[in-house]
Amino acid sequence: MTWDWGRAGEIAPELFTTGLKVTAQATLGAAVLAFLLGLVLALALRAPTRWVRLPVRVLIELIRSTPLLAQLFILYYVLPSALGITMGALTTGIVGLGVHYACYTAEVYRAGIDNVPKGQWEAAVALNLPRLRVWTSVILPQAVRKVLPALGNNLIGIFKESPQLALITVVDVLGLARQLGSEDFRYLEPLTLAGLFFLVVAIPSSILVRRLERRLES
Amino acid sequence: MNPCSSDLPGTVGEAMPFLCDGALVTAQATLGGAALALVLAFAAGLAMLSPRRLVRVPARVYMEFFRGTSVIVQMFWIFFALPVLTGYRLAPLAAGILALGLNLGAYGAEVVRGGVLAVPRAQREAAIALNFSPYQRMRYVIMPQALAAMLPPLNNLLIELLKATSLVSAISVGDLIFESKALINSGSDRAVVMVLVMVIYLLYAGLITAVMRLLERRMARMLGREVRPLWPRRRRRSAGGELTVAAGGAR
Amino acid sequence: MKADPKADPTAEPQYMIRFDKVGKRYGDHQVLRDLDFTVRPRERCTLIGPSGSGKTTILRLLMTLERVTSGTIEVDGELLSHMRRGDRLVPADEKHLRRVRRKVGMVFQQFNLFPNMNVLRNITEAPVRVLGRSREEAEQRAMELLEMVGLSGKADAHPGRLSGGQQQRVAIARALAMEPEILLLDEVTSALDPELVAGVQSLLRDIASEGNLTILCVTHEMNFARDISDRVLMFDHGQIVEEGPPEKIFSDPVEQRTRDFLQAVLQT
Repeated sequence: MTWDWGRAGEIAPELFTTGLKVTAQATLGAAVLAFLLGLVLALALRAPTRWVRLPVRVLIELIRSTPLLAQLFILYYVLPSALGITMGALTTGIVGLGVHYACYTAEVYRAGIDNVPKGQWEAAVALNLPRLRVWTSVILPQAVRKVLPALGNNLIGIFKESPQLALITVVDVLGLARQLGSEDFRYLEPLTLAGLFFLVVAIPSSILVRRLERRLES
Repeated sequence: MNPCSSDLPGTVGEAMPFLCDGALVTAQATLGGAALALVLAFAAGLAMLSPRRLVRVPARVYMEFFRGTSVIVQMFWIFFALPVLTGYRLAPLAAGILALGLNLGAYGAEVVRGGVLAVPRAQREAAIALNFSPYQRMRYVIMPQALAAMLPPLNNLLIELLKATSLVSAISVGDLIFESKALINSGSDRAVVMVLVMVIYLLYAGLITAVMRLLERRMARMLGREVRPLWPRRRRRSAGGELTVAAGGAR
Repeated sequence: MKADPKADPTAEPQYMIRFDKVGKRYGDHQVLRDLDFTVRPRERCTLIGPSGSGKTTILRLLMTLERVTSGTIEVDGELLSHMRRGDRLVPADEKHLRRVRRKVGMVFQQFNLFPNMNVLRNITEAPVRVLGRSREEAEQRAMELLEMVGLSGKADAHPGRLSGGQQQRVAIARALAMEPEILLLDEVTSALDPELVAGVQSLLRDIASEGNLTILCVTHEMNFARDISDRVLMFDHGQIVEEGPPEKIFSDPVEQRTRDFLQAVLQT
């Protein structure tokens, strides 16, 4: 058997409307969560008391050292029975992916904050700015600018990992491709289209981020 | 006491025999994937440093291609779609290891390249001045020093690989995740099962880091560098899937 | 074209090193232009001149760490930069380079010892791997060289544990272990603490005075230059401004640029 253009043309529209919509929702939802929660975690890592710093540090290491899939299982199978929290598959996926990547994003912010020159802190203190103002109008804008490329890479990472949600029954591009394939056991066309889709989005995005990185460096 | 024994109390005793089987398969997938990834990483990483375009370009294409999608997509394609073209279906574990090795090898190639580039140019020049051949320069002078720079990022990669092995469950390989799902489906206490699964993954991650740390210390001693203390970790990933090469260290 | 010096195999070649209209450019920056100069066998030459005048580039070209942009370089009557293919000159390939490079050794400003090998191994590795010596033979020779540079006790030491001066002595021993005919010295004392300079210089004086090596030395130490060289070449902007025996150059230079340079250097 070889490639069947007819079959490919037949499934492509559905794959790139219904499936694409779910992949986009998962990616963007998880990214928003990761970028916000990541910032909270990064600030918590700089908290004045180690009763905040230490548990946060441990939590981040824990999440980064274990598979996303295991974490998704906990959210999907354990939380409903243990705590009575039930979420739809897509919501579960967004939370799982978002929290997982928040831990990577926290590192990104932390590095960005550490890289703000010490003189900036001192200048802000000299101006007698309130502590919150120092953060919101001096440190964070500079830190975020520095870490933009890294955030871009994390966004691409979230996008590339989002098909894991198919394993908790989310029907994203990959989930839909698998479903379409199982209809007639012809997996070649749907899975190839799905793979190409991820390539076609991820590779140019990575190139863009690399370009942004170079521009910000110079 | 044997941690895999079914004599353990409650859900633990119920689950551990199965989870131990799964843990063994996870270990196999990790080791198999790591072996393949290392070979590919060195081949592609060194090829990217070649002065010849004809060698560089295929390595670059391999890297971009496999870094452009995630393991799960590649694994599905290799397991479900490839047989349609070849008429031959790989065993699930083999397909899983192939996908893991190809994917992580693409990331590893960048680590290898970065490690070699982190060796000061003067070392290469000193080797030329002693009339070593290009192969000898790489083998006896550059690579031993480059390995030291590669170890910390390789540690990160191995952890990523360990995590990615969880995906083999999706092509019905009986790894930890697969076993945990089976246990959950058969009515075991879900919370207990998943806690056990997480603990086993953490143990594996700790084991990988410990082994890599020991290697790092050996390398540091060989290079006459300050030996870093065993404890503080420096795992860092700058970005989604893009692992930074923690290059050099103090000379 | 000049006569092939290999025509009479018994005759010693007239020149150990010969630059013929050598040009070297990095991007827009022309470091050397149409440089002609020759060094006789066992001659000891020192290159002086302001930084950026192209002195180090000459050594790097001879060590094949860089390639000429134009012109040719010969070492011991053989083309170093190029090789003949039919009656055309083409850039030398690795095999050709390795054959001619055998005659040349170099000591670097920053020593460049291999941190993944101990001192003995630094010295023996190339003789064993490149010259095919047995390990015992190479080690015996290495111990003699270490004795000569005054570091017999340090054979098993790690290079990083040695002082700069000791590292540079090891680097000298390492270069000599390859039995070069030409020794290139690239600002070999510039990276050393002041109190360590004298020791390395006196070692090199001894080596130079044995008189069986062709030495090309780049240095900012004028006393050292005076001691070890038969001829001093003053460089500026990639060209030779003036040359002659050290007594002449240092006490009675003709060119204004040489005078200015010497005055500037001797003041510091």
